[in-house]
Amino acid sequence: MVISEDTRAAIEREIGKYPQRRGALLPALHLVQQEHGFVSPDSMRELAGIFELLPVEVMEVVHFYNMFHDRPRGRHQVHVCTNLPCSLRGARGLMRQLESHLGIHAGETTADGRISLGHEECLGACAYAPMLRIGETYHENLDAEQAKRLLDGLE
Amino acid sequence: MGLTVPYVTSYLSEHFADDAYATLDGYRARGGYEAAQQALRTSPEDLIELVKESGLQGRGGAGFSTGLKWSFMPTDGGKPKYLVCNADESEPGSFKDRILLERAPHKVLEGILIGAWATGSEKTFIYVRGEYAFPARQLQRAVDEAYAAGILGAKVLGSDFAHDVVIMRGAGAYICGEETGLLESLEGRKGQPRKKPPFPAQYGAFGMPSTVNNVETFCHVPHIVANGSEWFRGFGTEKSPGTTIFGVSGHVVRPGLYELPLGTPLEEIVFEHAQGVPNGRTVKGVIPGGMSMPILPASQLDVPMANEHLRERKTMLGTGGVMVMDETTCMVRAGCVITYFFRDESCGQCTQCREGTGWLHKIMERIERGAGTPDDLDILLDVAGKMEGQTICAFADAAAWPVQGLMRHFREDFEEHVRQRKCPFPESFEL
Ligand SMILES: Cc1cc2nc3c(=O)[nH]c(=O)nc-3n(C[C@H](O)[C@H](O)[C@H](O)COP(=O)(O)O)c2cc1C
Ligand code: SF4
Ligand code: FES
Repeated sequence: MVISEDTRAAIEREIGKYPQRRGALLPALHLVQQEHGFVSPDSMRELAGIFELLPVEVMEVVHFYNMFHDRPRGRHQVHVCTNLPCSLRGARGLMRQLESHLGIHAGETTADGRISLGHEECLGACAYAPMLRIGETYHENLDAEQAKRLLDGLE
Repeated sequence: MGLTVPYVTSYLSEHFADDAYATLDGYRARGGYEAAQQALRTSPEDLIELVKESGLQGRGGAGFSTGLKWSFMPTDGGKPKYLVCNADESEPGSFKDRILLERAPHKVLEGILIGAWATGSEKTFIYVRGEYAFPARQLQRAVDEAYAAGILGAKVLGSDFAHDVVIMRGAGAYICGEETGLLESLEGRKGQPRKKPPFPAQYGAFGMPSTVNNVETFCHVPHIVANGSEWFRGFGTEKSPGTTIFGVSGHVVRPGLYELPLGTPLEEIVFEHAQGVPNGRTVKGVIPGGMSMPILPASQLDVPMANEHLRERKTMLGTGGVMVMDETTCMVRAGCVITYFFRDESCGQCTQCREGTGWLHKIMERIERGAGTPDDLDILLDVAGKMEGQTICAFADAAAWPVQGLMRHFREDFEEHVRQRKCPFPESFEL
């Protein structure tokens, strides 16, 4: 078993909140991803068992949503919003600078597995642009130097 | 993390500067949950009538009458009924629901409770977009406080009414903001919108009668119950009463949130409140209501921000996300960013949408690169025209409208690209 007892218990608690078991599939995927950093084929199979679905039905859901990943990624997920309001205030320039600072392109992970860099659609911080998200935390009103320092500070 | 509070406040946001307002004690100290107490002493029919009379229109984008929507819920008591709070806010340019969840989670819950009593719903699912981790935590804390204080659960505020609230987090898909895409996602599936009819009031969450409302819509309700529909109609226009929280972004001196009456002229928002364009530049165009809504040129900023007026200018209030673009802006680049977004987020069920969004983006990019032909301009309009009103959900319209808006008011920008075989706006924002 790859999904831990604790996570399984948390999944069962989520299931109790919905009129049908399947309602808790997205919460369960969040929990599994929290535990492992991604949703592996093995955990998809186990989730299929928990939810009485076919593994392919779970996989379809994983692939539909941008926030679920089926393979390991960097220790830190850095996302720069490049939608229109952020772009108007220099988000694309910021992204270029971070790409050259890290020596990777958006969509890639640094060789040491430290940082995955990606661009993202509007995150609801348009007035505080440019901005980026590291994991669950927003950093707003950034200039390139501040953003580089933030990345340098990641373990 | 936490946002600054709106620069201009009214009844929705007046206490947002006070951190305690996000806690139960702080909310109650400001009169919180008194409206819900009052609502529980009122019959559901009278409550729905009150909300109808107030003229409250949904703030999620479509602007449908909230009271009328509530009245569609069956009253025969056969099946369990659900309320759904749409906190998926992902329309580019919109960030008002985020601040409502962060600064006033109990106001959201109070509006939900009143809606639940009015529609006879036993449970509310609040669907929060996955990226809103901090807002979701604020909301979860408020829900826990409300259960502990007997505001949620088996005996809501000491009455015989029972109500539960479940918070579910999305996972990064714009289409889950569309109400039936949201329902599919809530049921643990891909967020692909459903064909309508049946409408959610007949066949909603988990097949049960359901009503979907936006976060901000719920927040107006306690104020209407406490102060009456006449009071509410004292704000805004005859047809569009109340305030809304405008989010202003792009090329302005003071981007941010402004709670203002509907009908406030767009130029007042841009020039007085957001203090105009920086660096001595002038405005070129403004998107008035989130990225799905067609742009207006600088000459039309006198428009009052209410649907009855915006429709005359072939655009809409949408989510009230105001994006300002200065004179340096290349409208073809803006078109590239916009069409990329819609291409990326189409759920792919309808051919017109899946293929159309791809074409729009491809042609935009070609024109921006200087490789466009005069025919491309007509093809853009032709593709956009074929996407409108043809699909399962309004996403395809939302993808077509902004392109039509750009072509309506800034066709010259497109023509110049084709003529010069390059982008004629070297100072525009970087792509
Ligand atoms: C493509 C698309 C995306 C939408 N996204 C949202 C959203 O993020 N939040 C929202 O409240 N409504 C959104 N809506 C509108 C909802 O479908 C629905 O009309 C709304 O939640 C109803 O609430 P209201 O009547 O209170 O406005 C979207 C609609 C479409 C077509
Ligand atoms: S219009 Fe687009 S987003 Fe809506 S259901 Fe069709 S393909 Fe999906
Ligand atoms: S456009 Fe970047 S947060 Fe909205």
